[in-house]
Amino acid sequence: MTFESFCRGNSQLHRADARIKLVATLALTLVIALCQSFYTAAAGLGLGLGLILLARLPLGMIFRRLLVVNGFIGFLWLTLPLTYPGAAAFSLGPLHVSRAGLLLAGLITLKTNAIILIFISLLATSSVAELGHAMARLHLPAKLCLLLLFSYRYIFVINQEYQRLVRAARLRGFKPGTNLHTYRSYAHLFGMTLVKSWNRAERVHQAMLLRGFSGRFYTLDERRLERRDLMLLGLLSLAAAGLIIMEILKRIS
Amino acid sequence: MTSTPALLELEQISFTYPGARHPVLENIDFSLREGQKIGLIGTNGSGKTTLFHIIMGLLTPTAGRLFFQGRELQQKRDFLALRRTIGLLFQDADDQLFSPTVIEDVAFGPLNLGATPGEARRRAEKTLSELGLTHLKERITHQLSGGEKKLVSLATILVMEPRALLLDEPTNNLDAETRTRLIEILEGLDLAYILISHDWDFLAHTSREIFAIDKGHLLRSENIYFHNHRHFHPCGDIPHKHGGQPHPHDHEHNHEHQHGHPEETRPEREEKQKS
Ligand SMILES: Nc1ncnc2c1ncn2[C@@H]1O[C@H](COP(=O)(O)OP(=O)(O)OP(=O)(O)O)[C@@H](O)[C@H]1O
Ligand SMILES: [Mg+2]
Repeated sequence: MTFESFCRGNSQLHRADARIKLVATLALTLVIALCQSFYTAAAGLGLGLGLILLARLPLGMIFRRLLVVNGFIGFLWLTLPLTYPGAAAFSLGPLHVSRAGLLLAGLITLKTNAIILIFISLLATSSVAELGHAMARLHLPAKLCLLLLFSYRYIFVINQEYQRLVRAARLRGFKPGTNLHTYRSYAHLFGMTLVKSWNRAERVHQAMLLRGFSGRFYTLDERRLERRDLMLLGLLSLAAAGLIIMEILKRIS
Repeated sequence: MTSTPALLELEQISFTYPGARHPVLENIDFSLREGQKIGLIGTNGSGKTTLFHIIMGLLTPTAGRLFFQGRELQQKRDFLALRRTIGLLFQDADDQLFSPTVIEDVAFGPLNLGATPGEARRRAEKTLSELGLTHLKERITHQLSGGEKKLVSLATILVMEPRALLLDEPTNNLDAETRTRLIEILEGLDLAYILISHDWDFLAHTSREIFAIDKGHLLRSENIYFHNHRHFHPCGDIPHKHGGQPHPHDHEHNHEHQHGHPEETRPEREEKQKS
């Protein structure tokens, strides 16, 4: 499993406070997700690209990520234009290709890519731990922060446990096929992973209790917001406001 | 005997897991005093881990009474003071380390006990440096090796300044060098502890008394017999460390090796080191 492939770096965005990045991401992605105009979505995509450049991330890796996501969007391009009601843009033999469907697929593509670029440039440039603490310091519920941090901490352990079980099964001659034995064995493997995770959760909880845990989540992070952070917040807020104004102008015209 | 109450006292403790037919522990009487260093042995499944969990209040005994510094522990709330004074090292270090980074994990206990972030960080850094683990400070916990995880787990407990430790198989998965480090660390601690271990040589270095759990009963081993046993070394002709100790060595692969009562093996070991 690969996580946190982008969080190491020394760009402006890497150094920025995770709280600012969380708030800005929320605002920007909300605006882009709700917009209906091509111009706003395209401007969002431009902003995403700009942020990626600012974060100085390896473009090849970003491109590969985008390829995966756009693979899924490809299905939309296959289905939406053929099923969406409305005037046909053109016909392919018996098939009517809807103009509105094409536009919608285009809009979704723009928005998705814009949001992903913003997520990568703003959130993936912090480690999961930083994000968890930032959430705690933004006074989000302790349960939510702990959920994030624990998922991150134990997903590796659970995956390892599952791989160990699979390996043990293979070493004893287990070959997956399409038969009842395979299905039953996989059910056992998943079931056992679940039971193990449950037991581990209980032991971790005990370990936390022994060290004085009482449901509150404290963080060592004492970092103050710097001028740089506030400037970034200002710039990104302006960008979000710009997108909103653009959207409103497009809608009333 | 001293008049101050024992740190910990078990009186006729019995325990049966819900649904099990036979009790794991039966009528256990035991006390732990300041500075006592105890090794606890017993076959797999004899109930050693269960005993530790009963002491920490993670399991409730089916019968018997538990005293901490002379006061009886009855409710969950009563265990809070005990948990600040006695630290438990879990058998599996992955259960103990749950924070993203090492420093945060070590600081977790002090933060819970009301230390400010700055103070918690200072205490965590001090404990890490005392254990020689400063270089691991910013590391991600799940990426540590098994032995590093064990030592960091120990740090997470020591940072709470306990007066006694319960260590559940601390030498599991440790290489000879880390094992020696652990022995040195334990020797340097002015604490009472109980060590569960299957590693005789380790117990000989670290404990003054040996207790054994056998068929649900806890017995103090007064007479652990010496016995000789043979064992193999791969690469016996290459100079290597033996049980963490330098071991002068001819080319003989099967050599006699003494195990036995900790007090009696001590002088012999020191001679070896000098030679
Ligand atoms: N949660 C449980 N429910 C039921 N029985 C259990 C549970 N945990 C342990 N046991 C049983 O209780 C007995 C004692 O277990 P315990 O873990 O205390 O042994 P141990 O002495 O620590 O063994 P080891 O050396 O293998 O760690 C074993 O027979 C075990 O099967
Ligand atoms: Mg055990």
